[in-house]
Amino acid sequence: MLGSSNLSSNELLGLGNKHWAFLFLVITFVLALFKGIFPEGLNRPPEFLVFPFADWINFFFVFLRDDLGLIHVSRAISGGVEWLLDITANLLYGKHRWPRIGPIPWSAIAVTAFVLAYSLGGWKLSLVSGGTFIWIAVMGQWKWAMETLSVIIVATPISVLIGLIFGTLAWRSKIFERILNPILNVAQTMPHFAYMIPVVVFIGVGPKAGAIVTVIFAVPPMIRMTFLGLKSVPPEVIEGGKMAGSTGWQLLRFVRVPSARTEILIGVNQVIMQCLAMVVLASFIGMPGLGQKLLQLLQSLKIGQSVEIGISIVLIAITLDRCTQAWAKRQPIHFPKGTSIFLRHKFFFSWLILFILFLILGKFIPILDEVKRNQALSISSPIEIGVDWLVITLDPLTQWIRWFLITWILIPLRNFYLWVPFTAILALLACIGFRIGGLRSALICTIFFTLIAISGWWDRTMITVYTVTVAVLIAAIIGFPMGVFASFGDRSSKTILLVCDTLQTFPSFIYLIPVVMLFGVNDVAVIGAVVLFAAVPLTRYTIEGLRNVDQQIIEASQMSGATKYQTLFKARLPMAIPTIMVGVNQSVMFSLFMVIIAAFIGTQDLGQEMQRALSFSDVGKGLVLGLIVSFIGLMVDHLIMTWSYSRKKALGIN
Amino acid sequence: MTESKPVISCSNVWKLFGKNPEGYLRSIPDDTPYEKIVEDGYIAAVRQVSLEIAEGEMIVIMGLSGSGKSTLIRCFARLLNITRGNIWVDGEDIGRMSENQLIQLRRKKMGMVFQNFGLLPHRTVLNNVAFPLEMRGQGVHERHERAMEMINLVGLGGREDYYPRELSGGQQQRVGIARSLAIEPDIWFLDEPFSALDPLIRREMQDEFLRLQGILNKTIVFITHDFDEALRLADRIAIMKDGAIEQCDTPDQIVLKPATEYVSKFTLEIDKSRVVHVKGMLQATRSDGGSIANFAISGEKTIQELARTLVNEEFEFYPVEDSDGQSLGFLNRQEALEVLIGPNNAG
Repeated sequence: MLGSSNLSSNELLGLGNKHWAFLFLVITFVLALFKGIFPEGLNRPPEFLVFPFADWINFFFVFLRDDLGLIHVSRAISGGVEWLLDITANLLYGKHRWPRIGPIPWSAIAVTAFVLAYSLGGWKLSLVSGGTFIWIAVMGQWKWAMETLSVIIVATPISVLIGLIFGTLAWRSKIFERILNPILNVAQTMPHFAYMIPVVVFIGVGPKAGAIVTVIFAVPPMIRMTFLGLKSVPPEVIEGGKMAGSTGWQLLRFVRVPSARTEILIGVNQVIMQCLAMVVLASFIGMPGLGQKLLQLLQSLKIGQSVEIGISIVLIAITLDRCTQAWAKRQPIHFPKGTSIFLRHKFFFSWLILFILFLILGKFIPILDEVKRNQALSISSPIEIGVDWLVITLDPLTQWIRWFLITWILIPLRNFYLWVPFTAILALLACIGFRIGGLRSALICTIFFTLIAISGWWDRTMITVYTVTVAVLIAAIIGFPMGVFASFGDRSSKTILLVCDTLQTFPSFIYLIPVVMLFGVNDVAVIGAVVLFAAVPLTRYTIEGLRNVDQQIIEASQMSGATKYQTLFKARLPMAIPTIMVGVNQSVMFSLFMVIIAAFIGTQDLGQEMQRALSFSDVGKGLVLGLIVSFIGLMVDHLIMTWSYSRKKALGIN
Repeated sequence: MTESKPVISCSNVWKLFGKNPEGYLRSIPDDTPYEKIVEDGYIAAVRQVSLEIAEGEMIVIMGLSGSGKSTLIRCFARLLNITRGNIWVDGEDIGRMSENQLIQLRRKKMGMVFQNFGLLPHRTVLNNVAFPLEMRGQGVHERHERAMEMINLVGLGGREDYYPRELSGGQQQRVGIARSLAIEPDIWFLDEPFSALDPLIRREMQDEFLRLQGILNKTIVFITHDFDEALRLADRIAIMKDGAIEQCDTPDQIVLKPATEYVSKFTLEIDKSRVVHVKGMLQATRSDGGSIANFAISGEKTIQELARTLVNEEFEFYPVEDSDGQSLGFLNRQEALEVLIGPNNAG
């Protein structure tokens, strides 16, 4: 801890990090500018360096599945999950399975949502929550929404339980934590599709596969939050527990876990949001529900109906997010003495009464039981008309944007990325690595990209990197000024932050609707979707960075006679940059996820290959591609976070 | 202070933090200076501490932050394992106790109050206070009854259904005190219990604490960084610096005869006359033939309380007696006046 690493002695072969960085920069330029005179092996990885990783992984998976008989284990697990899914499916939309008592009338479910939200967050939340379910029923999407929800209801508790167990184990054992941490890092940067392929191989397609892939995808944040929660219990609370004579188990059960309640519930919130995002995407592996409908409608360019479904998904997302957040933030309050049992549990009893009431009403008033297809409202034709008008009106603009982007930015930049020799890129990464974090960072960067080079997907990777670069740049051009302007006022900051928070809860798939609407199905639409998705964290962190600058520093610069803009550029921005970079980091991660998802509307990058791997159930290829995306993400994450951390330290923040 | 066998005693206790504290400690001599240990990458939180605490005694451990006082109290309760030395509680070496024995010891004999209260946020006042009883498996009815007694004792009756965050800081600490007393401990550890409270509340809580101690009469180890608080409460004060005890003595002696320069710095700003008692300045016989007062004064009084007498009754010596009228010795007026108004530098 004390005097372990001394910065001045951090020299390699007598050269400082700056010198090494400069050296590698020179090498980069030499390799790029004179690429004609160097052997081809320095331009693209030569054949003998490309390893058949995919075949090895496939070999390993076949071994697992057939020779070790893991397929039986996975069948047993999926059998159990299917049983649970059948119960929720029967209750929610009347699938003919045990316990054969469903479906519960939609009005009774809506009233449940209403009362639950009221008990958690008051009137506003209950209106959002109840309104969501009424909207879904009235728009005739009840069955699809319930198909989606039935999976979430099954997947969430399983993910939470697994996350709690693994999080506790990681907290208990340093070794386990060390093993788990890199796995979680990779898992949280792997695109959704990479998870689906092994599940298809082991489980097949359909609802149970959707549920299982959802569970796997949603577990990592729960592990993280459990671990974090257990670690951040104040030491005095634990000492208090110990001095009360608790045994190890009592301490965990009565002191540590309850004290970590907020973190654990935030974990639950993240699990639910991840579940929703994944359930929607799992339509690619035959998961029925809102996601599948949206996929079909988007593919046949039925914008009006897509928007209807999109609104439902968004409403569900907002309801789930706000309710679980309210739950996490809720603090216990005492009841005055002598409060009766009915008042103490007033929400439960009022729910019970209303629920039974609507069960009975459903029997006599059919529309409260089920809204039939022909009774359902639709706003798709007015939306259709509106969108058509908008598209025609905006057509000159969108056409121009398309032309400008494709001719002047996308194609030249793409060609440039593909032109640069891979060795030059490796040298450049070494240069950046040395500049930011010394030898360690340089090694991390070059090792990740060397692995990508020898995987044989270099060109595809470069196209993905180019898409992400362009998207993040455009997102920064839009998001950064927006954040700066919003940060000037209290009201505007709050409003924009709320909008960003809400947008971030939307499943990524939703972002495809408006861009397909405006640009059709092409490269620009992909970039558009990625830009939309990536601009959100950028705006958000810009506002947070600028707003959280120490008030005294701002006052000091104002008292020095600085104007509003001088204060912004000389005091607030320099202090906020480390936080804004965290936003850039998230923006890159979001872009990587989105690029892969957007592949199905037409790209030639890793995402397109991922789609192919999915349709051929090629586990090896899918995982290799997933790991490539993960490596890009981890490298960027490492560079930006290292820089941001050292910058914060230099500024003395935290 | 009663003279009986020590409740807690420790000899040559060391606590180091670092990579390999045991190995490192074996490699250095006992008198290694603090700076050298820091240079070697270790933190010497407790160095060479030997101390005996008698039954019913209130010892206050005082020092600035980082002086090792909180570490020492945690070693007494074995919340931390010590690097070297022995600590005996009621004659038993707690370093050799099994986890189970330790839990039993804490369930029956020890209570602790923390600076930031250490309450469980998800439990009501009642269930926080009943927590140690619940841990040792007492029934709901019994433990709630006992907890209510404690809550009434600390003056929080009527608020037993509140949650900690619904209470003020002072009230929360009352809960902490009630919890630590619930199991009727013999030994009571208080780790800067009033430091997180604002000055007015702190004063009030000190009075409350003295009232409780008047009723309960427990063996107390009290940690503070506030010298005034130490003087107000202590039978004996141990002053710590860099993990070692600089001086351990009665408040009178600390003020009158500081053992080191560090200790005397603490006493510099203190109004000595309010601290020093007559019995702390006794002379067995009068050394010369000065005049003697024709009345006796009480040994329990502070010099300040005696100020009027000292100024008005010009005798060189006053006979001193205790509360039972037994003669204790003599008080030298000149010395007492020096304590009251400072040494006579002018002449």
